[in-house]
Amino acid sequence: MNSLGINKKPEDTRVVVAMSGGVDSSVTAALLHEEGYDVIGVTLQLYDYGQAVERKGACCAGQDIYDAKKIADELGFPHYVLDYEDNFKDSVINDFVDSYMEGYTPIPCVRCNQTVKFRDLFKVARDLGADCMATGHYIQRIENPETGQAELHRAVDHTKDQSYFLFATTQEQLDFLRFPLGGWTKDVTRQHAERFGLVNANKPDSQDICFVPNGDYASVVKKIKPEAEQHGDIVDLDGNVIGQHKGVIHYTIGQRKGLGIGGGVNEDNSPFYVVRIDPEANQVIVGAKEDLAQDTIPLEDTNWLINLNNGSRQVQVKLRSVMQPTSATLISEDGYARLVLDTPQYGIAPGQAAVIYDGNRVIGGGWISKREFAKSRLVA
Amino acid sequence: MLYFDYNATCPIRPEVVKISHEVMSCHGNASSIHGAGRAARKHVEGAREHVATLVGCAPKQVIFTSGATESNNTVLRGYADRPLLVAATEHPSVYFCGREDAITIPVKQSGLIDLKALEELLKENKKALVSIMMVNNETGVIQPTEEICALVHKYDGIFHTDAVQAAGRFPLSFKDLDVDFMSLSAHKLGGPQGVGALITRQGVNPPKFMHGGGQERRCRAGTENVAGIAGFGEAARLAVEQMDDFQALETLREKLENGLRQSSNRVRIYGEDAPRVANTTSCTVEGIDSAVFLMNLDLENVAISSGAACSSGAVKPSRVLLSMGVPEELAKTGLRISMGWNTKEAEIDQFLDKWNTCLKRMDK
Repeated sequence: MNSLGINKKPEDTRVVVAMSGGVDSSVTAALLHEEGYDVIGVTLQLYDYGQAVERKGACCAGQDIYDAKKIADELGFPHYVLDYEDNFKDSVINDFVDSYMEGYTPIPCVRCNQTVKFRDLFKVARDLGADCMATGHYIQRIENPETGQAELHRAVDHTKDQSYFLFATTQEQLDFLRFPLGGWTKDVTRQHAERFGLVNANKPDSQDICFVPNGDYASVVKKIKPEAEQHGDIVDLDGNVIGQHKGVIHYTIGQRKGLGIGGGVNEDNSPFYVVRIDPEANQVIVGAKEDLAQDTIPLEDTNWLINLNNGSRQVQVKLRSVMQPTSATLISEDGYARLVLDTPQYGIAPGQAAVIYDGNRVIGGGWISKREFAKSRLVA
Repeated sequence: MLYFDYNATCPIRPEVVKISHEVMSCHGNASSIHGAGRAARKHVEGAREHVATLVGCAPKQVIFTSGATESNNTVLRGYADRPLLVAATEHPSVYFCGREDAITIPVKQSGLIDLKALEELLKENKKALVSIMMVNNETGVIQPTEEICALVHKYDGIFHTDAVQAAGRFPLSFKDLDVDFMSLSAHKLGGPQGVGALITRQGVNPPKFMHGGGQERRCRAGTENVAGIAGFGEAARLAVEQMDDFQALETLREKLENGLRQSSNRVRIYGEDAPRVANTTSCTVEGIDSAVFLMNLDLENVAISSGAACSSGAVKPSRVLLSMGVPEELAKTGLRISMGWNTKEAEIDQFLDKWNTCLKRMDK
């Protein structure tokens, strides 16, 4: 058994490494190449970089693709660039825009992992006769010695853990995937990057959504759907108009600043928060902080890495990428799942992911549904 | 490696390496009056004669450049005051030469220029500069250059042809074709990269692109790439000498194309309804992503190319196939297989073996 858990010599094991041009995936490729694997680097061109940064004359590929190519050339393994602009636009950017228009707060990175990377690139890896595909994600794939099943676990370094963005990984995908960095902290990765002399050893981690320049997602939405700028009413929970909004895309659940309506929920002049967005009525609904509290979360488009039977079980859940997991009860009835939190949470945004853990193991997750949001609030 | 990408660049001929190496080892600026300069000059002028013989013109009509992209840009950008008509199937160095006013001449399904459409465009655009490549780099389709040129002249136009994929592949007579400008590249016929030529009509000076010194009849400033030019000359000489061998590639191509057709009924070959240069096959394999197929072949040490590559190496649907009416989904699967002076018959069988292996892997 080789280090990737495949019963072949490394040189006979073909590994496709998804290389973004960043330090993590570069180290992944370099390490596997060093171990003697038949490494093939693949970088996806996802969008027109020049257009995204709105700088004339910028190369269509950008620095990341250049870096990935250079590293592969220097270390001496084949590297290819695939044009996935169409796939990315269909599966990720359009979905992102549509979700915002429908009043969701989407996470395009999950969609990208789910579609472009783990569906489309997957097929490429299989078409190339690869034995597995490796990425530089901070997450662990652990084979359970008793069941033989590959399980998804949080990274050893919880501050780098990317499990939140990978909950939609299917068992079939997980069987084929490898995450060599999941057992490390970022420092170790950087040390290896320096040891390999990688050009991007000191490149900062990417923070923003890759196709959104300067975090200004509203401008991306506007470009594709100019009607997103339609002004409308800000109303309170009783339906009284108390102000005007500049288009629903500018607001997110839990937002307090920038509403332009001051305080005044009650006699203490407590601030207003966005508690709901109703794109059909073109309304932003505001209320007090308590109105944001919610304990029941219906899920849709779920993915499970366990056999989920009807009934309930105690779990931990993350509702945002940066939060610590919190205790909840997962209730499953005939393919319909919902979470009941032990402690109500504020500002749960439909369209975000609810990722469910059993200890460090990711057992599945789903998208926070909007359809029953109002109802579940009443239940709460 | 099984190299089937001669239209991208040819393996350099050993005789060329020898001469270029020798010349590079000497010093001498071809513009200097001393002995070293005269020696360099001799190499340049010798090469000029060989290149002139290659295309059937007088040596003084040959201006050496850094390659066909420079030659094409020199003419197309130099006549900015004239309307510009370019074929839909042109190479990027013509099609994207920076003239946003360029008008596209459509081609027929065969890949041949639509002469009626060209005539209409010539009537609408007086005294146009027309640029149509002699042989297409992706399909190998040979345009009726003489006929096209006569038509352009009938409407007082100027005619330029990019003959990069034609020179050395069949006999050429610049004089008989009656074209005004012709672009050539050394590395497409076994010479070094980074050197080419612009052939001009007798007595016509091309527009100036590179300004500075008085080299190349005061038409193209910059110290001559003497070693490269000497190599170009040698490659031209060999191409003329061995032109029959190139024509004989047609037999190999037939064998190749039969094998491709047998590999899958989804294989389609393009340009067959027009005259084609002997070494080029353009095909699509329905449902097979050409980028991934190319990667698979590369991992088996086989080199071919796909439609068109962006600077990043990402593959786009072939503009040439699209302009021939091939649907976009199919044009995305476009592949080009091209042979040349060093292709051996046994390599065709080896190539087809690898082709079938990769096709099977992707069909799983």
